[in-house]
Amino acid sequence: MMAPDMTVREVRDAVRSHTRSAADVCRDALARIEAINPRLNAFNTVVADRAMARAQEIDREPDRWRDAPLAGVPVALKDNLCTRGVRTTASSRMLEHYVPPYDATVVSRLERAGAVIVGKTNCDEFAMGSSNENSAFGPVRNPWALDRIPGGTSGGSAAAVAAGLTPLALGSDTGGSIRQPAALCGVVGLKPTYGRVSRYGLIAHASSLDQIGPLTRTVHDAALTLSVLAGSDAADATSATEPVPDYTAHLTGDVRGVRIGLPRALLEGIDAEVARAMMAALDVLEARGATLADVELPHARYATPVYYLVSTAEASSNLARYDGVRYGLRAADGPGTKDQELRAMYARTRGQGFGPEVKRRIMLGTYVLSAGYYDAYYLKAQQVRTLILRDYNQAFARVDVVAMPTSPTPAVRIGERVSDPVQMYLMDVFTVSANLSGLPAISVPCGFTRGPGAPKLGDAPSSDGGLPIGLQFMGRSFDEATLLRVADAYERDTEWSKHSPLLISSR
Amino acid sequence: MPAEFTRDQIAALAALAHLELDASEIDLFARQLGDILAYAEVVQQIDTTGVPPTASLVSRHAADRTDEVRPSLDRDEALRSAPDPALDDGFFKVPRVIG
Repeated sequence: MMAPDMTVREVRDAVRSHTRSAADVCRDALARIEAINPRLNAFNTVVADRAMARAQEIDREPDRWRDAPLAGVPVALKDNLCTRGVRTTASSRMLEHYVPPYDATVVSRLERAGAVIVGKTNCDEFAMGSSNENSAFGPVRNPWALDRIPGGTSGGSAAAVAAGLTPLALGSDTGGSIRQPAALCGVVGLKPTYGRVSRYGLIAHASSLDQIGPLTRTVHDAALTLSVLAGSDAADATSATEPVPDYTAHLTGDVRGVRIGLPRALLEGIDAEVARAMMAALDVLEARGATLADVELPHARYATPVYYLVSTAEASSNLARYDGVRYGLRAADGPGTKDQELRAMYARTRGQGFGPEVKRRIMLGTYVLSAGYYDAYYLKAQQVRTLILRDYNQAFARVDVVAMPTSPTPAVRIGERVSDPVQMYLMDVFTVSANLSGLPAISVPCGFTRGPGAPKLGDAPSSDGGLPIGLQFMGRSFDEATLLRVADAYERDTEWSKHSPLLISSR
Repeated sequence: MPAEFTRDQIAALAALAHLELDASEIDLFARQLGDILAYAEVVQQIDTTGVPPTASLVSRHAADRTDEVRPSLDRDEALRSAPDPALDDGFFKVPRVIG
């Protein structure tokens, strides 16, 4: 039996050395999904037969996959990444039965590297949310406390890795959607620099902010996966041509002389447990020879409102394509109309196909782009975006990475914030800046809240103890190497990544 | 800019977005859009005189490529995703536009 906390590297090495066959590994992953997923709701679709066939294909041609970086590694894909022949829903009624005729570039890259796709993970509808409660297929549950959110929007991907269902999952990050669920589920989540990974085949949310990245148990696995995913792509004009290093080669553990910036003014009012865990983590890096420096990011406190003006504008434009004509849902004729009129069909289809948060954002985006309000909202937000970017450029002239919490609080209970959009949006306060500025950022586990915190398998509410806390580092543009080196150095001196929620047995 | 939206304003906005909303959604969004914009009000107070907007983070222009025919998605396959395709004719079908 594959240990549920095996890393990508361990699985890959086992398959390449024939210690384990890819088929055995795949069978174990599918069995775990079958046993545990009903409690988590992390998967929208599991492709057991396709995955087994693919794993057997890898076993039949050992020579071909001898050097493959992800040979036989089971991977879960967020359900907004297009997979040829496999239903891709974005967790929306609009695309409930949509089967894409093409693969996203990241899917092709994973498969060329030897990965075995086992399924598509639940997420907030069209990747809009902070809690995974906006899925048309029900919320995902946090493996550490089943009555709590896993974070969003890549909540299914984070829960799948945390519960040991797969050692690797992909997510997408528009305002924190990889990092925040990684933090709340106690795994590693990396948002690369804008343009580092091709977005071709990612169902678009906000095109100037979206990036695809890995969720893993270790920083090494994130580095390994980024080397597979990154690179230019003729199918995405915004993909970057910067050379792709072997990121794992940069994981030396040496952070002597690395300058870590701390934006103290931004951290006022955060959860005391989160603050304590973060400061303890920075002590660990200081002991390894890194130095701390205060940085000023005077406009960072405006990042959340700026983000919600920019992202909703882009989303309202991107989601105009769902009109019941070329793909997805088309609403049936309304009452009293035999031959429904075209515009009525558009409106009815969109009214039926989209959930409340998506509608709210389309409405807000339409408003901020409308004549008379464009300058006051959208243009103004883009100008402040420039100021936020300048703050970071100035900070990175003095420091190598900037540290802050990933989420201001640990995972809240399902339903706790769902009725107040502004309270929900405030959960993104530390993550949206990396998207607005395009900079790379990573969340790594840095502890747990104190107190009795055994995960509850029944319906009893969890206590406030034992919930994962995430530490975030942001880096310079296209300098994922330094970001990963710092995160890995921290991980070497801590044991957080070796913890697993009780609902899985440890090795 | 309105701190609160009227039902008529929300209905007009929904029409612009081709979004059919029921009465309870109109009431809900009238309140919530006002709340969100009130929260975003702080952005209005920042001095942005002479600051250029950032719409895109791509600093380099995409390279030109030769304009030649290359393989692309098969037409039938693309049409098959549609709710009402005309596979034989190669069309997407829509409800009647002209009476």
